[in-house]
Amino acid sequence: MSDRGSFYQRDRAWHPPAFTPQYKTSVLRSPQKAPLSLENTLSEMTGPVFGRSLLGELDNDLIHNFAKSGDPIGPRILVYGRVLDENGHGVSGALVEVWQANAGGRYRHKKESYLAPLDPNFGGCGRAITDEHGAYMFRTIKPGPYPWPNRVNDWRPAHIHFSLFGHAFAQRLITQMYFEGDPMIWQCPIVQTIPDRGAIETLVAALDRSNSIHMDILAYKFDIVLRGRRSTLFENRLEGN
Amino acid sequence: MVQALHRLKESPSQTAGPYVHIGCTPNHCGIAGVYPTDLGAAMLGPAAKGERIVVKGHVYDGGGAPLKDAMIEIWQADAAGLYNSPAEKRGASDPDFAGFGRQATDGAHGEYRLETIKPGRVPFPDGRLMAPHITFWITARGINIGLHTRMYFANEAEANMQCPVLMRVEHRQRLPTLLASREPGDGAPNYRFDIHLQGDRETIFFDI
Repeated sequence: MSDRGSFYQRDRAWHPPAFTPQYKTSVLRSPQKAPLSLENTLSEMTGPVFGRSLLGELDNDLIHNFAKSGDPIGPRILVYGRVLDENGHGVSGALVEVWQANAGGRYRHKKESYLAPLDPNFGGCGRAITDEHGAYMFRTIKPGPYPWPNRVNDWRPAHIHFSLFGHAFAQRLITQMYFEGDPMIWQCPIVQTIPDRGAIETLVAALDRSNSIHMDILAYKFDIVLRGRRSTLFENRLEGN
Repeated sequence: MVQALHRLKESPSQTAGPYVHIGCTPNHCGIAGVYPTDLGAAMLGPAAKGERIVVKGHVYDGGGAPLKDAMIEIWQADAAGLYNSPAEKRGASDPDFAGFGRQATDGAHGEYRLETIKPGRVPFPDGRLMAPHITFWITARGINIGLHTRMYFANEAEANMQCPVLMRVEHRQRLPTLLASREPGDGAPNYRFDIHLQGDRETIFFDI
């Protein structure tokens, strides 16, 4: 019996709540009414699945996919890991999209106003599709921390944004990856929207010296967990509600 | 002690932030040449079956201002009510219809616009038919976890009355927040679906 059942209920206490006043923008953008609980229907249990034909050769190589006149400046890093579900199974064929600032902490975006310069050789986006075991890999440069308009002097820790498609639209997720050992993680109002310290720690990638390549690149391991689903087929109530 | 369940916890969500476009719609935000097109920008092939429609609207915050930095994703069935997904076991969906669309709200006015087809009806788990609907997923700076909702068609009154999901809405006065109205316009029929994150007209969001 394969995993075909409904997805496990999302643990809303593990995720950040909508209203988190220390992250000011959430104040006017947070729904205030209780969401309507909906058992999974086909609309949530299906989802777009993207084939490998989507990918260009350099899509998972942020060091080279925008470079014009040379490599971008910054520490070269390899970010690798697996996309798993809550049952611990690898999620194959998952689309992983990433975006990030350059080594100076500057995003290539017209709304960005930090003094740090753009890097002419760094775009800041990439994507990969997981293999049959759920594994993915990116090559990039380590993003810098940067200031942002929130409280008077707030800074974000270095991070990479991750967007994930699993096998069903119910698994859709956007999150962020942080770097082991960064003290700024624990000072960030966006990180602190997550109530549980253990939950935050699952977003901190581990430095992996064993998978680093001497004189070339430092490796960080980052696994991501999407919602899991029941394996039982005994949940369909054929008599109706 | 009892046996361990060995379950993992879902990775906690974090906001998509103000620069979601860099990763998800790079061509839209001026990062050209990395991907040939933005994912989800075109949903239709020339031979797509069904009635072509345009869905557009704004996402409003609690102060009534439109979000100019949001990203909208939609997921829907084809004209026959079939999903373009390996998890669809009832038949093959229209090969000229992606079912998935993604657009940024426009940086000047905050409007989003999607060209798609009107979806067919899809069964609820007990076999009753749901009314035609499009699933929406909304992310933006200030939204800590993506918001799921559904757009239904105001001019499908009979199907809406029988829809097992809409029937579940206890506060009936909130139902119109899920209904898109047809608007006059040139070309394909236009449907307006505005999303209100807060306030008297707060959209019904779903915990799925």
